[in-house]
Amino acid sequence: MTRLDVKEVTVRFGGVTAVDKATISAEGGQVTALIGPNGAGKTTLFNVVTGLQKPTGGRVFLDGHDITHTPTHRRARHGIARTFQRLEAFGSLTVEENIRVAADAVRAKNAKPAKVTRGLIERIGLERYADARADSVPTGVARLVELARALAIDPELLLLDEPSSGLSEAETESFGELLRDLASQGRAVLIVEHDMGLIMRVSDVIHVLDRGRLIASGTPAEVQADPLVRKAYLGEEDEPEDDEEHEPDAEHEPDDGHTLVLPAAGPDDAAALPPTPPVPPASPVPPLPKGPGPESGEPASGGWF
Amino acid sequence: MNVFLTYTVLGLVIGASYAIAASGLVLTYATTRIFNVAHGATAMVMAFVYWELAYNQGLSNWLSVLIVVFGVAPLFGALLERWVIRRVADSGVGVTLVVTCAVLVGLIGAAEKIWPPGVHQVQQFFAGHGLTVGMVRITGNDLLTVALAVVVGAVLWAFLKFTRLGVAMRAAVDDKELLALHGGRPHLMSSIAWAMGSALAALAGILLVCSQPSELNYISLTLLVVNSYAAAMAGRLTSLPRTFIGALVLGLLNAYASGYLWTGPGWTGFREAIPAIFLLLMLLLMPQAQLRVGRLAGVAGVRTPEMRRVGLASALLLLAVVFGNSVFSEVNVNRMALGLCFAILALSLVPLTGFSGYVSLAQFSFFGVGALTVAKMHSSAPTAVLAGALLAALAGILVALPSLRLQGLYLALSTIAFAQIMDTMVFQNPSLGGFGGSLTTKRLDMFGYRFTSDKAYAILAAAVFCVLGAGVILLRKGRYGRVLIALRDSPAACATLGLNPRLARVAVFAGSAAVAGLGGGLYAGLQNQVGSTNFQFFNSLPLLLIVVCAGVTSVSGALLGGMLLMALNSYPSTQAYLFLILAVAAVGLGKQPNGITGWLFSLRDNPLGARLGLGSAGIARGIATRSVADPGRAGKSSAIDGSVSVGENAEVEA
Ligand SMILES: Nc1ncnc2c1ncn2[C@@H]1O[C@H](COP(=O)(O)OP(=O)(O)OP(=O)(O)O)[C@@H](O)[C@H]1O
Ligand SMILES: [Mg+2]
Repeated sequence: MTRLDVKEVTVRFGGVTAVDKATISAEGGQVTALIGPNGAGKTTLFNVVTGLQKPTGGRVFLDGHDITHTPTHRRARHGIARTFQRLEAFGSLTVEENIRVAADAVRAKNAKPAKVTRGLIERIGLERYADARADSVPTGVARLVELARALAIDPELLLLDEPSSGLSEAETESFGELLRDLASQGRAVLIVEHDMGLIMRVSDVIHVLDRGRLIASGTPAEVQADPLVRKAYLGEEDEPEDDEEHEPDAEHEPDDGHTLVLPAAGPDDAAALPPTPPVPPASPVPPLPKGPGPESGEPASGGWF
Repeated sequence: MNVFLTYTVLGLVIGASYAIAASGLVLTYATTRIFNVAHGATAMVMAFVYWELAYNQGLSNWLSVLIVVFGVAPLFGALLERWVIRRVADSGVGVTLVVTCAVLVGLIGAAEKIWPPGVHQVQQFFAGHGLTVGMVRITGNDLLTVALAVVVGAVLWAFLKFTRLGVAMRAAVDDKELLALHGGRPHLMSSIAWAMGSALAALAGILLVCSQPSELNYISLTLLVVNSYAAAMAGRLTSLPRTFIGALVLGLLNAYASGYLWTGPGWTGFREAIPAIFLLLMLLLMPQAQLRVGRLAGVAGVRTPEMRRVGLASALLLLAVVFGNSVFSEVNVNRMALGLCFAILALSLVPLTGFSGYVSLAQFSFFGVGALTVAKMHSSAPTAVLAGALLAALAGILVALPSLRLQGLYLALSTIAFAQIMDTMVFQNPSLGGFGGSLTTKRLDMFGYRFTSDKAYAILAAAVFCVLGAGVILLRKGRYGRVLIALRDSPAACATLGLNPRLARVAVFAGSAAVAGLGGGLYAGLQNQVGSTNFQFFNSLPLLLIVVCAGVTSVSGALLGGMLLMALNSYPSTQAYLFLILAVAAVGLGKQPNGITGWLFSLRDNPLGARLGLGSAGIARGIATRSVADPGRAGKSSAIDGSVSVGENAEVEA
């Protein structure tokens, strides 16, 4: 079964250290989650794994082979596929064509790309949109298109960057089942999510990043109990120093079905939650280097002006 | 030693004027992210205005300079910005390149109309004055040029660094919305940038014509752009100091080359190619760009027709040509055939620019490779045409390979450099007829039939166009067409699916060049003789302009484009009207990226919506509106969006 190992990966953008010696792994047959506050470096780490971003230091291994310097398209042929947080569906192609491009790309593997495409459309439930242009469908659907497209190359390792944003509650529910399904087929699923309910339900292992550093790894229960994790999440909105007074004395179980994050405050105190933006497609990816350079690790929603 | 000094002085003086011109280019680009292809043409026109004032109207030299640099030129720049640039500010690289191309072509046309060809002599400033260092004479004009370059550099630097306006201008490009929130006025910034850029172009133009009076003609000053591109690229289009250094190095290289390089005919070509080679080198030295992620940018393509329709349209075209053959005069039949050859050339842009979004300004070079191969082989066998297409494909690979990692604007500039190098070093080579010379060609002899008449050629060209056009449509419907479009929409996503973006790019360049070469081969036979002047890089500007305006995403657009290009060449009297149409169409590209044919199709598909200005443009606008509400899909619709998308700016959290 497939296995991804990210060892001591560091990524710096000018002065900003987006990922700092992070070591994580993902195994076939499991759903592995990567969580952390905005700007923690999750997307950057995905980019490193897929080869879209060169790491400043560290290595990436797939099944024990060093793929740190393998070009993106070759990694895909080794079985890595992904979706994007900022949509990257092919806007001027139809939904069906989007998936077909991927199915065609691995012609050697599947003799009948048209059939694979139809199959995926049914499985993901995109029938209604099959002939619509991908830039005309709702965001949540476009994310599913990206998922179907990634699945069309029949990957061993699937990276999903905030796939459930834009989905309704019921859709998220069945989406979770789909993830378990994929894992049970032996695939390694690595998922970045802000929806903690979903994460706690589906993942076998959780890695927590904060400001580029890996601060915890373990089962959902372990991670929830980890004091560092709580601090990281609380520190987002409050001063990191004086967060003691906000620390709850009792542990709350995460509320299912809500975009509830780690048990910081009571479930009704939404304002104190980590800054998951209210709009579906989570936070915007930070801009390219411009002027003075992006704020270091600050959430995009805080302190802009 | 003295010789060396003389050339050094010469080089520095030329370099100083390049520096002035290039700094204007950098200023406009850095502030508005629009690359002004017409920068050199502006310099040319302003030099003519200066000539008009100083020599025709009898004003003094100095007064004329002041009027032009501080009055006419900034006004022109600001008006251009207001009426043209602002309308396409948010379009992709392709559209902005095409629009500034339109300005360039329009300026040349206007200059030719207002100041008909003739001798336009100007005097040097401080004529007769100067100083002598050792044995080297430095004229007052030279000193003035260098001094002005220093002043311009210092003033610009201080302006951008210390004045509120300058600092705001640097911020304008980073984040227009943010700037607006702070009370800045982005439109004002870009107006000022264009006014200043235009003034700098004017100054450089005047200085250049005064130091080398022979320069006052339409083309050579306009070609100044290539020099300033090269210098500006040395500063990566943003750094003024590096631009200045680049300009000086380029000036010195030019001067030493004319002093020390052999004067043999082959070397002349090399010397003229120096700026282009410099440009190419600068582009290749650009730091590696990462694949950009984060946009869902669809383009409003035209509907791909059913194959039955394609067959019907082909039959109609052939019928029309047969009909034309029977009613047109000899000359007009030849023109029709010429238009069809150009249509094949235009068709080569459809997969390349229309589907893949790469802007190429080297298509006429590929066309020339095909034509000159046929001429050089001096054969009437169809194999000569095929050989020409093959060689053109190789040339296409040659363009694509070194520029594999370049995107958008930089890729377009590298094709300009390539075209310029081909022009000076290959096409003007004495064995190919040399500059202004020509080679005679034979007409095709195929399937036991000799295509001696123009009528036969017209039918042949139409048939070839139909076959290739059907091929392009099949391509679009098939696997490779999907890949090309996918690559344009998101190269990053393609790579994560296992598609090799570089391979696809080389392939589409090769294919496109082959089609252009095939057209060139037919053209050579039709024209009976061809020479280097037919394939100058400059021809590729109107080609791109016309085809994009006509509709670069569709085969019918290519046909219309070919015919318009023929009209432009064959009926000089209609030029003014054509330019007017093109100017309107070019500015309209911001709304209707599929050009005139795209607009016509949308009329057919949706007559009511079209009358209200909706149609595909409406789709595009819909996307744009959504992207405001929906940060997940920033991006713009443009058929030929290169890669610099607006999505790269941060969305401002409100
Ligand atoms: N291309 C880039 N250039 C400069 N800085 C960048 C770039 N991409 C990311 N960063 C910075 O790296 C840090 C990590 O960003 P990243 O997008 O990986 O975070 P994330 O964990 O995915 O956050 P989110 O939950 O908001 O998606 C941020 O501080 C960001 O500003
Ligand atoms: Mg992210």
